[in-house]
Order: sequence, then structure tokens, then C-alpha cells
Amino acid sequence: MERTSHAFKESAVRALQDATLQMALGNMRVGFVGKRQKARERLPEFERLCDLARDIKDHTLKHLDFYLEAFEARVKAQDGEVHWCRTPAEARQVILEICQRVEARTVTKGKSMIAEEIALNEFLEANGIEPVETDLGEYIIQLAHEPPSHIIAPAIHKTREQVSDLFFEHHRQYGKTRRLDETRALVDEARQVLRPKYVAADVGITGANFLVAETGSVVIVTNEGNSDLTRTLPKVHIVTASIEKLVPNVEDVWTILRLLARSATGQELSTYTTFASGPRQEGELDGPGEFHVVLLDNGRSDVLGTEFQDILRCIRCAACINHCPVYRAVGGHAYGWVYSGPMGAVLTPMLIGIEEAGHLPNASTFCGRCEAVCPMRIPLPRMMRHWREREFEGGHSPPTFRRGIKLWAWLARHPRLYGPVMALAIGLMARLAGRRRRFRVLPLAGGWTGSRDFPAPEGQRFMAMWRARRAARGGP
Amino acid sequence: MMISKAPIRVGLFVTCLVDLFRPSVGLAAVKLLEDAGCVVEAPLRQTCCGQPAYNSGDRRDAKAIARQVIDLFEGYDYVVVPSGSCGGMLHEHYPRLFADEPAMARRAEGLSARTFELVAFLTDKLGLERVDARFEGAVAYHDSCSCLRELKVRDQPRRLLSTVEGLTLAELANPEICCGFGGAFCVKYPEISTRMVDEKIEDIRASGARTLLAADLGCLMNIAGRLHREGDRIEVRHVAEVLAGMTDAPPIGGR
Repeated sequence: MERTSHAFKESAVRALQDATLQMALGNMRVGFVGKRQKARERLPEFERLCDLARDIKDHTLKHLDFYLEAFEARVKAQDGEVHWCRTPAEARQVILEICQRVEARTVTKGKSMIAEEIALNEFLEANGIEPVETDLGEYIIQLAHEPPSHIIAPAIHKTREQVSDLFFEHHRQYGKTRRLDETRALVDEARQVLRPKYVAADVGITGANFLVAETGSVVIVTNEGNSDLTRTLPKVHIVTASIEKLVPNVEDVWTILRLLARSATGQELSTYTTFASGPRQEGELDGPGEFHVVLLDNGRSDVLGTEFQDILRCIRCAACINHCPVYRAVGGHAYGWVYSGPMGAVLTPMLIGIEEAGHLPNASTFCGRCEAVCPMRIPLPRMMRHWREREFEGGHSPPTFRRGIKLWAWLARHPRLYGPVMALAIGLMARLAGRRRRFRVLPLAGGWTGSRDFPAPEGQRFMAMWRARRAARGGP
Repeated sequence: MMISKAPIRVGLFVTCLVDLFRPSVGLAAVKLLEDAGCVVEAPLRQTCCGQPAYNSGDRRDAKAIARQVIDLFEGYDYVVVPSGSCGGMLHEHYPRLFADEPAMARRAEGLSARTFELVAFLTDKLGLERVDARFEGAVAYHDSCSCLRELKVRDQPRRLLSTVEGLTLAELANPEICCGFGGAFCVKYPEISTRMVDEKIEDIRASGARTLLAADLGCLMNIAGRLHREGDRIEVRHVAEVLAGMTDAPPIGGR
């Protein structure tokens, strides 16, 4: 996938001016937030569960090597295979080799952010294999040749009219020539188009919400049931998952599941929760002949033990994204790569580098709503600040900005100079503003005065008034 | 421990924005604290809490400034700040800055435990239930993110405002959403910031309030600046001015 995170600012401005996108984002404003709030209020032990969930993940991350090996052993014992992949390239290659061995021509895909992370679709297409997205949102953006703009609602940037246009254009080849504008009808038509594809596919690729060390199971959560058809109908099931998806046992899965859907969509549970453990066994009626887990690291093990470790607790519920005022303003594509919103602002620099993704952790007011709603208690603003620290220490932040901060900090550390310099500056500003008491334009402050007046200082420092008052009262 | 009848000694950390832009807020804070029986001192060498450096990733300068503040405010019973974000800096972030220096960390923890946002200090520590002030008209209180989420200040200002004679309190529709200030954010990403403040202003207009109050001068300057640019007549003040009955000064950015 093309990386445009470095152009966040320009993309954000474009997004703000895109009326259709703003309409689509406006629709989102009413949904997720209210539903999550209701679901949380209906579950008195919600906050306690968050503590538990955090502890489960912290424990797992502390002993990740142990649990990963335990998971692998269980998968093998159930006739499945685990493929350890350090990089996206390794993961793509492993998947391609499996597909080529079974002479796959089409693969169906359930929703997987790891597949996005390793840019799997483009790679398969380049190698003559047709990937078919089966999650409705993913299917829509596949037709539109666009990346997802949200980790649980990949086509949230599309309006119903746009979806209607896409289906009208692309479903003609299946004999569907009527333009539809009802949501229900659109969903039905997508189902009709996708059904034969499930049956025809040679390989099914899904993501995973959890990997269970104790049982070697992969847990997949969906609302559409598409992952189950993807998983069971083809000859081969490939799971793409990153290493932090691990939890020790099934009970842990249930603890975190109670938070996942509530935080994501406000549901108590998603419609389908599937535990997949290995290929079809003797006597079983369905299931794939082969079962592969492609385990991706992609730099995650490097952040274990660092100030960024907590992001590995993330369960991809998108609560932070749904509550983020910056995301709400610009949508997901402005972030310029796979992940968006606060979790993306922390994760993306880790995966593609702070040089490329420096804007993301900077484009935040630290309003803290993301941290407040995160069911895994991930201190997202704190980690964005840590990225800013890495950037500042590495000399990557813009030079004028650095100089400005350094100058201010230097003055703040020299009160004897700070006092008179500031008194002079604010005195001058107050005189210039006069009775209007504000500025429409101010040199070097275009970022502010481009859209806001700048309130003038009252003219005197408080500390000067205080000093005068003390003197009048005979103080030192 | 001896129970002391001596008056409470408060160190006022007035914040750089109040010091430089709106000393009226500092005077109002002093009046509120003195009326409640405190002895107020404002150490003369105070400048800034270090947030601009801290939030820009300049941890070294942030630490140097934090050290200076910790030294200056060592001797007071309490440190009171007329700002949620600077209060949050002292209360939440100073201890974190010195996590790797145990001796300094202890002093930072000490300061943290003694530091309060002004209005929360009046209600929660001094037990103040009403103020002796008059202000005519409908007023909305904007919750700054740091007051709301970092310092858990929400009901306290509303409780005191409801005792101001002549004042009616209007609520904003989305009190949990940021106004888009965010320090350097508002000049680094002005288009996003403007969108955010525009949504806040829509809520302010819809509330019917003629005056907007908050405890953070950053939010207030952002909101006032945008209201003025839009030609709106809604007035903007710091909550302390109204609670102290000191509203003679023109509102922020003038009328």
C-alpha cells in the first residue's frame, strides 16, 4: 500500500474540503459513540473487566516467547502449521507458496488488518491470483480500489449513494443491471454476488482476533459470518495474525470478548464468534484440509520492554478512533497508511518509521478521550508524546519549531530576563491592539490568525501587579 | 500530628498565559482564595510550567523547568493553579518526568499531592459552597479536556456558578469534546483545529448562552478568537472572574 503519512497535513486539508467525505463522516458521528456508552452503562463490571484485560495482556506480553511456542505446539498437534515471519515480505512469500502449491486461482478473504499491513492483495494479484474480499466493507473498497479508512468499518468514508454507484458499475457482469438505493437491497446483492465465489475459491484467508496458547485455537469475530464461509469452504485456511494476538487460555478470550464488541459497536457480542482449531479431523463434516497460521512480527518484538510496549495490548476495537475529534474531522485516509486515529498515531511510526509518520503523533490535542475509552487502558496520548520525544531527540521536528521551543524554554529558565522581555512584549502588543483588544493579523502567527483573531494581552504582567501590591503592603 | 489553627498558605502558580495575557484572572484567583481565608503568595520567579517543551518532545527542557517549579513551590501547604492543563502538568506529569530520579521523583510526588486546580481547591479542599458574586445572564461552562479527564473537575465549577446571583447556567451539547486548542496543535494543524472550534462554537450558540466560561486560558483564547473572527458577540471570560465578581475588565479579546 502506498504510504502518504508524510503528507498528512495536505491530505487533512483536502479531506476537510471534501463534502462527500464529510457527509459520510457525519453519519458516523451519531452511531458508535452513543452505542458504546449504552453498552458500557449496561455492564456494571465494565471498568473492572478493563483492568483484568490489561493484566491478561501484560502477563502475556511478559511471557510472549513461552506462549508463542505453546501455541505453535498445540497447532502442530492438531495437524496445523505455524509460519514465523519477521517481515511483510516473508509473510507474503509464505502465503504465495501455499497458494501456488495448491494451484489456487482465487482466494476468498475475511477481514484482516495484517493482510493490509503486508499489502497482500496487490501481491497476490501481481502473481496471478485473484483475491476476493468477503467482508462487505472490504468488498466495497476493493471495488473502489481504495484502502480501508477505519479498522472495523473499512468503507465508512463511503456514502450509500457511492456504494450504489459502485455496485451498479461492477455487478453488471453478473447480470445485475438495476440500480439499488436501499441498504438492505445492496447487502442482498453483494451476498448473491459473493456466494459462488466462496465455493469456487481454492484458499480462504482470514485474520484473527485472538490466538489461544492453551488450545492452539484461532478466534475470529465477525458480524457477517463471512469469515466462516471463507474458512470452511476452500481446501486451505490461512490465518494472518501478528504475534500480540496471543492470550494464554479460553477464559481470557471470554474476558476480553466482553469488552471487544461493546467498545467497538456497542454490541454485547459480535454476531459470530468462531474458534478454529486446525484442519478438518476424521469424522468431522466440514472444515479445510489444511490449516496455516502466518505469524507476523514486523518490528513488534523490538518494542517489548520499551515505552511503546503498551500498544501491543490493542485489540483493534476502534473505540479510540470513534472518539477521536481529529479522526472525526479528517477521516482515516489522511493518516496515509493502514492504521488511523490514535492507535494508528502510535502504531504507524513503529511499523513504517517516525520519519515517514511524524505528523501522526503530532496531530493530537492530547484531549485524552482515546485513553478514557480504551478498554485495554492503553495510554495513547503518553505514547504519542514519546514519539514526539524520539522525533525531537532525533532532530526530525521542523527546525523553526525546534528553535521556537528552545528559545521559549531558555527564557522560562531565566526568570530575571523573562520578566522584562515579556513585560516589554505584552506592553507593546496591548498598545498596538488598542481599544480593539485583538489582532486580525500578527506576524509569525499565521497559523492562528488565518482563522481566528488573536486576543491581545491586557498590558501588564500579573507578577508586576503582585510585586506592586506586596510593596504597597510593606512586604519584601 | 498537631492540629494547626494557622491559616492555609497557598502558593499561586498563576501560569504564563494568565501572567502575560490576562492578569485579571490572577487577581480574581487571589480574591477567591483570600476570601476563603487563605494566605496567598505568588513566588516572583515563576514563569511557565514547561508544557510547551514537554508536549513538543523536548523532555530535557521540560525537566529543567519542572525542577525550577518544584524548588519555588516547595514550602507551601497547597499549590493552586487557575488552569486545568498547567495543573495537570504539575499534578500528573511532573512525577512521570522524574521516574528515573528517585530523589526528585519524591519531591515531584509531594508537589503533585499538594497541587489543585483553583475551583476544585475551593470546593474540595476548602469546602466552599457558595460565592458572593453577581453576574447577569445565561452562561455556559466549557470543560477543558485536562480539567475533565486529567483532574476530574466537572461538577465543582457548575456548583459554584449556580450560586452566582443573576446567573443562569446553560449546558453545551457535547461537553466531552475538545475545542481544538491543543497548544502548538492549533498553529501546526490550523485547519483541523478550526473545524474543531467551529463545532464547539455551534454548541455554544445552540446553548443560548451570552457568556462562555472555562478554567483554561488556552481554550478561552481559541474560542474567543474564533467567535470574534466570525463576528459573534458572545463574550468569553475565565470562570474565576465571574466567581470573584470581578468582571469590570473587558472580556477576552474585547467586545
